[in-house]
Amino acid sequence: MKENLSREEFLKGIWRDNPVFAQVLGMCPMLAVTNSAINAVAMGMATFFVLVGSSFLVSTFRNVIPKQVRISCFIIIIATFVTIADYTLLALVPKVHKELGAFIPLIVANCLILGRQEAFASRYPTKLAVMDALGMATGFVVALFSLGAVREILGDGALFGIKLFGENFEPWIIMILPPGGFLTLGVILLFFNWFQQKKDEFLADVADAERGSR
Amino acid sequence: MENFAWVFISALLVNNFVLTYFLGLCPFLGVSGSLETSARLGLATTFVMLVTAVCAWVLNTYILIYAPYLRLICFIVVIASTVQFIEMLIKKLSPALFRAMGIFLPLITTNCAVLGVALLNVQQQHNLLQSALYGFGASAGFALVLIMFSAMRERLATADVPLHFRGAPIALITAGLMALAFMGFTGLANS
Amino acid sequence: MNAPAATASPSSLRLVMTLAIAGLLSGIAIIGIYESTLPTITANKARELREAVFKVLPGVTQMQALVYRDDALVVVPEPDKDEPVVYGGYDDAGQFIGYAVPAAGPGFQDTIALLYGYQPAEQRVVGMEVLESRETPGLGDKIYKDMDFVGEFKALTIEPEIVAVKKGTKTADNQVDAITGATISAKAVVRIINEAHAEWSDRYPAPGSEPGLEASEPADTGGEQ
Repeated sequence: MKENLSREEFLKGIWRDNPVFAQVLGMCPMLAVTNSAINAVAMGMATFFVLVGSSFLVSTFRNVIPKQVRISCFIIIIATFVTIADYTLLALVPKVHKELGAFIPLIVANCLILGRQEAFASRYPTKLAVMDALGMATGFVVALFSLGAVREILGDGALFGIKLFGENFEPWIIMILPPGGFLTLGVILLFFNWFQQKKDEFLADVADAERGSR
Repeated sequence: MENFAWVFISALLVNNFVLTYFLGLCPFLGVSGSLETSARLGLATTFVMLVTAVCAWVLNTYILIYAPYLRLICFIVVIASTVQFIEMLIKKLSPALFRAMGIFLPLITTNCAVLGVALLNVQQQHNLLQSALYGFGASAGFALVLIMFSAMRERLATADVPLHFRGAPIALITAGLMALAFMGFTGLANS
Repeated sequence: MNAPAATASPSSLRLVMTLAIAGLLSGIAIIGIYESTLPTITANKARELREAVFKVLPGVTQMQALVYRDDALVVVPEPDKDEPVVYGGYDDAGQFIGYAVPAAGPGFQDTIALLYGYQPAEQRVVGMEVLESRETPGLGDKIYKDMDFVGEFKALTIEPEIVAVKKGTKTADNQVDAITGATISAKAVVRIINEAHAEWSDRYPAPGSEPGLEASEPADTGGEQ
């Protein structure tokens, strides 16, 4: 029973409660650093580290932190992890760090992370909180990558820096500029909504059929 | 003088925080349903951004040069304190307004635009006056876009939007078109 | 759900202590990560600079930092933080080849930082490398992506000054073909180099009497680690 519960917590973050597509959280980095696939994935991994680490600590200490100062404590914990991620990236992959620029420290203000601490990690046992964080973070990486890949393919004719089309491909520059970010995400959300609706309709049909056959 | 006017105009229009730097998107997409709430939020955020820009600059110039790695944590503490302060101020001056703004006031703390102002001022090595102007321009730009967008969304709410477009998709597409329009302001930058 | 049992409201002391401890632990963690990554980060920066210098001055395998003090160019192992610095490039035999000059200035979107190689004997720019730029992707970023543009700086006469001309109309040795659609960024690069040269040209010693290579530098990344 418990095994299913924690697996459920993990999986929900990937599709059903995907932080970007379903909850529309974490917008700032979502649009800003997805102008190429590698930037998107790097930002995703950094956020992954911060989210999982913070959830772990917040959940472990949830009975010790007084309610009145909980938000401040969450923020201190999150900011610490972000600073660690910042310096680690700077040391290991300076080129990527330069591309992401000011957005790494901005992970602190990512409403997704603070939101998860407040809504989940501070109320549930460590194991569940970590599974939830893993799922949400994975969903976030998936979302970032899908947006980054589309924008890079259309806006630069490449994926991860590898040119995909021939010389004659005229890249759709607007895709890697800000308006392209908004428009692409809007279209992706459109498909997500459509897909969700189709799925709900299908499940409703199945339920009807089951009821009918009784 | 020219330089200072440019710092303000570029933050307001040319490099608008929301449409060019993608900062402050959470309230932009989340709150902008009502024009009145947006206007109030814009005003509160303006105040917080201005105070933060100045405090962060002072902190950075005199203290943080010795410990650059503490920058992030110090900035976020400044922001949280400023928001707490303005919350208490509004509660005292106008309890009705406080109630109307509800949860959105503490949410200014996680508004990436506020932290963004502080960080960008550091990155671009502004002096005190430039930092203040930049903060003011950025917050005015944020408020401007927030108000314009919420006015459009109020219209959209009564329009006949296709089913799957409703909610976030149409909001984002609208934002994309606004961003395209704002790109026209880059012409203001002449060499 | 394991919500903490709600007893009496915790005392102010408890609140302050919690925050203080959290802050303290956080500070320790941050200082720890800073100290442990500092050697790698410093080494990375030094390596990047080295690679850029070698790129803009062909034939150079050794370099040293030079600053302007007391009306002369002197060698310094570690330049002061805000002191303008120029790098002398030397070949294997220790012969002076040229200066690598860092320069920066406003571009179209943001500041552009670059390094250019200069040979005083022929008064020529022999290379240019953009170090930092946030120009418009697809347009302004051609200042480092368009190899033709970058290549223009490989043999460029600097006197009286470099002039950017419309693409295809270059006639003189001190002219650079600008980039169509990114004129402002291209002109910014030219202006940045001109301004840096104006600042340094009075400080260079006469050609042939440049500071010699002092204190052997480790050939590559060798040395005790």
